[in-house]
Amino acid sequence: MSFDAITNWWQGNERMIALLMDALGQTLTMVFASGFMGFVIGIPIGVLLHLSKKGGLLHNHLLNKVLGIVVNIGRSIPFIILLVAVIPFTRFVVGTTIGTAAAVVPLTIGAIPFIARLVEGALLEVPSGLVEAAQAMGAKPQQIITKVLLPEALPGIINAVTITLVTLVGYSAMAGTVGGGGLGDVGIRYGYQRFDGTVMMITVVILVIMVQLIQSIGDHLVKRVDHR
Amino acid sequence: MIQIKQVNKVFYQGQLEIHALSDIDLNIAQGTIFGVIGSSGAGKSTLIRCVNLLERPTSGNIIIDGIDLTQLSNKQLTLTRRKIGMIFQHFNLLSSRTVFDNVALPLELASTSKAAIKEKVNSLLALVGLSDKTDTYPANLSGGQKQRVAIARALASDPKVLLCDEATSALDPATTQSILELLLKINQELNITILLITHEMAVVKGICEEVAIIGDGKLVEKGSVGDIFAHPKTQLARQFIRSTLDLSIPADYQSRLVTEKAENSFPLIRLEFTGSSVDAPLITQLSRKFEVDISILSSNMDYVGGVKFGLMLAEFFGSEQAIQQAITFLKEHKVEIEVLGYVV
Repeated sequence: MSFDAITNWWQGNERMIALLMDALGQTLTMVFASGFMGFVIGIPIGVLLHLSKKGGLLHNHLLNKVLGIVVNIGRSIPFIILLVAVIPFTRFVVGTTIGTAAAVVPLTIGAIPFIARLVEGALLEVPSGLVEAAQAMGAKPQQIITKVLLPEALPGIINAVTITLVTLVGYSAMAGTVGGGGLGDVGIRYGYQRFDGTVMMITVVILVIMVQLIQSIGDHLVKRVDHR
Repeated sequence: MIQIKQVNKVFYQGQLEIHALSDIDLNIAQGTIFGVIGSSGAGKSTLIRCVNLLERPTSGNIIIDGIDLTQLSNKQLTLTRRKIGMIFQHFNLLSSRTVFDNVALPLELASTSKAAIKEKVNSLLALVGLSDKTDTYPANLSGGQKQRVAIARALASDPKVLLCDEATSALDPATTQSILELLLKINQELNITILLITHEMAVVKGICEEVAIIGDGKLVEKGSVGDIFAHPKTQLARQFIRSTLDLSIPADYQSRLVTEKAENSFPLIRLEFTGSSVDAPLITQLSRKFEVDISILSSNMDYVGGVKFGLMLAEFFGSEQAIQQAITFLKEHKVEIEVLGYVV
């Protein structure tokens, strides 16, 4: 399967190209929509996990334990099982259980605990002295979170965003199971089931480029905000 | 200004009770620079953290400017802390903010207007001598510069009290000196009461008017710096004073030193001058009166709060009887004598 084969194939397969373009759009939708919502919900949970720890700003043993267990359960369920397990919830949220929008729901649910743990880790790297200094200068807890903890953990949080998006690219390949479409789905149906090696190759190449791009942009942003 | 009343702090390590502070009483007057000195683990850090309740005392009261902090609700405490500045050994600057934004932080917390923040921060940076570093990130500053930013930040909310938690311990001697000068200037120009803790007597000697010595969680001695240096009552106080002098026996002398008097050997004597020593030219009087020759090995004399004090290492040459008389003479004049051994 040389590169020439791909270019020749590309010229003679307009319908397949349209299909791939559609699939690319679906993958991007799934990754970024679920990534976005995952962060909207996951970051506060990560912050809460950090703050409720022993010696934390809002120390609460029970809350910390419960959150920790819920997050661990979320992270231990294989994504392919989660995908079908949450079908009733998906129907409740988007009204249907098939299609790209339907795939976003389990992807988001899968991403939340992942993000929460990564954000918790990023916050852990903020020296406790900074929180203490903020307390000493009369910062309210909410001010400590928004003005000290989150800005200081920003490089780590951006890193968490990058890792999560890359992971979601991988997860989204399984979304075909519920008719979510996307590049992974095309790869399986056309490449694997119809023995079309070229299509398989193209989808893999596009996914590789996508992951590389996400990682490079993420690294670049970390470098820009990191003044440590 | 700051009253520390019967403060106790107990930490629990499993079943073990650790008394970090026991019955500490201190009264710090408005406008003074008060030093608390102690070795590491003595509880001095716990003490200063109790003053703004970063550490809540197990019992006792902290009264600052008439307000008993231990009686306040969390909300009130947060607001009261805005009038208590604090600086730290490791500066604790936010790495994500520039010098300007670090100093602006306390003002942002109090919802000050942008224009007022700009004016205040610029005047503070001028005060600490960092006007040219406005847009620099802390990572690109030296230790001394970082502490200056931290001082400017602590002063941003016009505090009445400044707490310094080992503020110079991470700095080299020259930088320490410049930071101490800055603290003195702040104390004089802004009339801010400063409570500083340190393990270096040199810091206390440099800028403090009053000092308290704590050891093992207990207040051992307190008084004006001159008094403590002149008449240290406790062993601990004496140790700290000696630490500022640092007089050790040179290695080659040490190797020739024996504990028993031998043929042709002469005593190596440590003379300790304190505030109560008679202020007279004792050494030259000694050699005229008693037929002894004195060879000074090293000497470190200092002058603090109107008092001369210091240590001297000297070899005394002469007959055994003359040396004995000389020692008696010195003791009569309140010089503390210790015969360290005999040099062969």
